[in-house]
Amino acid sequence: MVSKLDQIFVLLKHWIVGFLPHVLQPAAGVLLSVVCIIGVFPALFAISVLLERKGLGRMQNRYGPNRVGPYGILQPVADGIKALTKEDIVPTAADHVVHFIAPVSMVAVVFMGFAVLPMGRNMTLVHMDAALLFYFAMGASTEVSVFMAGWSSRNKYSLLGAMRAVAQMISYEVPLLLSSVAVVMATGSLSLDNIVEVQNNYTFGLPHWYIFTPWGLAGFVLYAIAATAETNRSPFDLPEGESELVAGYFTEYSGFKFAEFFLAEYVGMLSISGLGATLFLGGWSAPFAFLQFVPSWIWFFSKVMLSICVMIWLRGTLPRLRQDQLMNFAWKFVIPFTLLNLVDVVVWRFMGEGWARWIVCSAILVIAYVAMARIGMRNRKIAPRSYRYAE
Amino acid sequence: MLGEGILKGLAETARNFAGSFVSKERLTTVEYPEERLPLPEASRNFPFLVYDGPNWEKGLRCVACQICEKECPPKCIYIEKSKDKKPDFVGKPQIYPAKFDIDISVCMSCQICVEVCPFEAIKMDTEFELSTDDRFGGLLLDRKQLARSNEYYHTIHPTEASQVDAKLAEEKAKAEAKAKTDAAAKAKAAADAAAKAAAAPPKAPEGGTGTPTPAAAKPRDTEPKQAAPEKPSDPAKAASQAEPKGEPKTGGD
Amino acid sequence: MKNRDTTSGHALEDWNRPPVFETEGEGELLEVSMGPHHPSTHGVFRMDVALDGERVVKLKPVFGYLHRNHEQIGQSSSYLASMPYTDRLDYFCSLSNNWAYALAVEKLVGQAVPERAEYIRVITAELTRVQNHASAIGFLIQEMGASGTPLMYAFREREKILDLFESLTGSRMMCNYMRFGGCRVDPSPAWLDATRKVVAGLPQFVDEFENLLSGNEILMARTQGVGVLRPELAVNAGITGPMLRGSGVNYDIRKVDHYGIYDRFKFRVPLGDHGDIFDRYMVRILEMRESIKILEQALKEVPAGPIMDPKAKIRGFRPKPGEAYGRIEAPKGELGFYLISDGSPNPYRYRVRPPSLINLTVLEDMCLGHNVADVVLIFGSVDIVLGEVDR
Repeated sequence: MVSKLDQIFVLLKHWIVGFLPHVLQPAAGVLLSVVCIIGVFPALFAISVLLERKGLGRMQNRYGPNRVGPYGILQPVADGIKALTKEDIVPTAADHVVHFIAPVSMVAVVFMGFAVLPMGRNMTLVHMDAALLFYFAMGASTEVSVFMAGWSSRNKYSLLGAMRAVAQMISYEVPLLLSSVAVVMATGSLSLDNIVEVQNNYTFGLPHWYIFTPWGLAGFVLYAIAATAETNRSPFDLPEGESELVAGYFTEYSGFKFAEFFLAEYVGMLSISGLGATLFLGGWSAPFAFLQFVPSWIWFFSKVMLSICVMIWLRGTLPRLRQDQLMNFAWKFVIPFTLLNLVDVVVWRFMGEGWARWIVCSAILVIAYVAMARIGMRNRKIAPRSYRYAE
Repeated sequence: MLGEGILKGLAETARNFAGSFVSKERLTTVEYPEERLPLPEASRNFPFLVYDGPNWEKGLRCVACQICEKECPPKCIYIEKSKDKKPDFVGKPQIYPAKFDIDISVCMSCQICVEVCPFEAIKMDTEFELSTDDRFGGLLLDRKQLARSNEYYHTIHPTEASQVDAKLAEEKAKAEAKAKTDAAAKAKAAADAAAKAAAAPPKAPEGGTGTPTPAAAKPRDTEPKQAAPEKPSDPAKAASQAEPKGEPKTGGD
Repeated sequence: MKNRDTTSGHALEDWNRPPVFETEGEGELLEVSMGPHHPSTHGVFRMDVALDGERVVKLKPVFGYLHRNHEQIGQSSSYLASMPYTDRLDYFCSLSNNWAYALAVEKLVGQAVPERAEYIRVITAELTRVQNHASAIGFLIQEMGASGTPLMYAFREREKILDLFESLTGSRMMCNYMRFGGCRVDPSPAWLDATRKVVAGLPQFVDEFENLLSGNEILMARTQGVGVLRPELAVNAGITGPMLRGSGVNYDIRKVDHYGIYDRFKFRVPLGDHGDIFDRYMVRILEMRESIKILEQALKEVPAGPIMDPKAKIRGFRPKPGEAYGRIEAPKGELGFYLISDGSPNPYRYRVRPPSLINLTVLEDMCLGHNVADVVLIFGSVDIVLGEVDR
């Protein structure tokens, strides 16, 4: 019974596909899964948009939207209707074809990443040996769309904003990949299914998730920073900040196209959280051995939504970093740290089982962090200050 | 320096988030218009004219002295005096404002008109939901729209209204006492004069001394029904002319 | 129509076009006009900025969009009628403006003020200072991009103070409370108790604020070393208020002029050392704490007595010919009123010394060499209100 609930979607798919002739069955199966993904993730997008507005509101001592529907749950519907019925303004000087393709391509590309995420036991759409590689290839394609958006507007401010955004995304691709490489080195495989299988073992009821290892924790934090920067979320959202000079690469977009960019950003957030959950948090495996009766897909989606909540929390608390500070942070702090993390994984592997490797690996990371933080702050002369009073 | 400032900030936000479900202090939204906060007693919005008794025209305390018009900073009050005198709430004939317009789109709610009025005739209302779709005359309130009863004044500013009532009752009592001694003196003088040859016709304003008596019979009335302010009767008595002109010199207000 | 010259020598049609800066060296400068419609200019204010890449080369503030002829109206109304107009100068701090004007007129006629009125004046002025500094910091962080969380906390406390003002004066912001010779309304014991309760909750709020902000590394990275104002320049330009004290100059009019009864209270004046945005921010927080100290002391010893000098005249006020300059330490700086009387009921000359305007004159010097993102922050740290700048 429990395993039936766990596999309920797989069983449903096989049942539906069974009605079709044998020749069409593989294609129909894939098509059905694709339709499910395209249906589920925009629904999650609607939920996360609502969660963000209400969560930010509660952090700021106010209700979020609560007029449209009970507790405001129909707010995304209202937003969607508004976006669809707005006039679609395209500047005459703009390059119309590129202007149209940019948001569409971004949305299309961002959904491709879901093809390789294991959303439950046996619930991966495509089983690839190099799934992680495919995912990152798709993820990097979003940058092209951003640049297309900025370029096609023929507006020097949008172009500046697009260039900044692309620079930021490219800089943070490197730590994103390097922190995942640490996981690959520990597992020995690029396939996301394998990575989850390895983490699905339990010792004394506690799981083998990579986040519970020193290099995994560091890797997760670095991955989180890079993911926040990749999706242009606060505190790295200078390209789309409203109080800056350039209003961003989507200044010239209105109505539905703007909604598409918005959709692409949030689905990108969901996708990258999904990958983070798979790599570091054990994918669809349960946190304790005795909790395995809960279906695996519930665990996966809970982890994804938890990551979204953390991103919303960060957005509500932290001010923005300036562009050059952002880039400094990426190249001078995060990337060296990810490289150190790789060394840490190697040490972990080659020290074999036992408690010694925990201490050594943690020590390496902590000492390096403190040293780099001190040096970084001293170079930029940033320090807490004390104040005197006049006499 | 190691990121603990950021963590402290995150903890603070989380505390506010959790607290917003539990305590009222952390969720301070008032869902207007379903919930309204009660306004403090002293709050003020736009002026209104007070009248005593049931009839707003008869009981209007304003005597069109035009002090408020002169002192109003943005000059939003427009008063026209009447040509005749009309009996007021107590029956005393006095002039009244034929027109009293306040343009509340200009009024800045500064309350100076209330401060300088010597007759306690204009006070501040607390109504703020006054939007209208009539661009031209909707926010120009005339005499009828501005008149509110003394009972209404008591509901919106109870302490102030009681103080005003007490002050007016006190002045009335003083004026009555003075009127009584004057009447007694006059009666004595009239008796003396009558004792001599043909007496001059009694002064017309004496009719006024008759009417305060039934009102004086209930001096402790807590009902806010009271006579029109007695002040205009003093210059009227002194001058006994038909138009008490302009402002009584209240330089030391 | 084409050649209508104004006193500044430019044709009238050119006033709205950003100026063309002459270029020095190769490359052209990017001229941008920030405002008057801008999410972070604190009102209708414009800055013509010339950028070389990302650095500011020239900056010209353009204001006057909110000019309402305040001084002209003051010269054609009576002294009492100007009092409600002073509320609207710096509309955040109406009670301070009232006090400055009342001080000037009282100097002109030599009017004494009873004790109780002095205490109530100090209490209301310090409450105004607390809520002004809290809002100023909130707006500064909002521009930094923290999506308004500190602003909401500041406004939560500000609401409590505004409720106090409403129950005392009748209006939350446009208080019109001081008169020449005292205050208009006598506060009841219930009001004093309510004030004590609010003041008792303020230290905890400032602690919460500091927890959220002062140790935040991102805040420090964005504000330390940015927008430095040297003390000599500050003194020469006539800067006053927290900007001056942030640069290290010890000048607080409460201690210099000994106006009111400030001599009876023990409080200190915080000073900064570097003159950057972080120093001004910290000086404001420390001044909030000092104001809370003054409030606690004042609320303990409010004497009984008349609230207004019984011999003071309100109507028919004709001061003898003469002149007077009354100034106070408003939350933004030195607010002064200069009055010349010629014996008539209206002043012959009525002049306001607006602290925000004079503090803005050094905006260019502070912004040279910084990025555009920093210009927004530096402008926020000057803490201006357009009602005062333009009058």
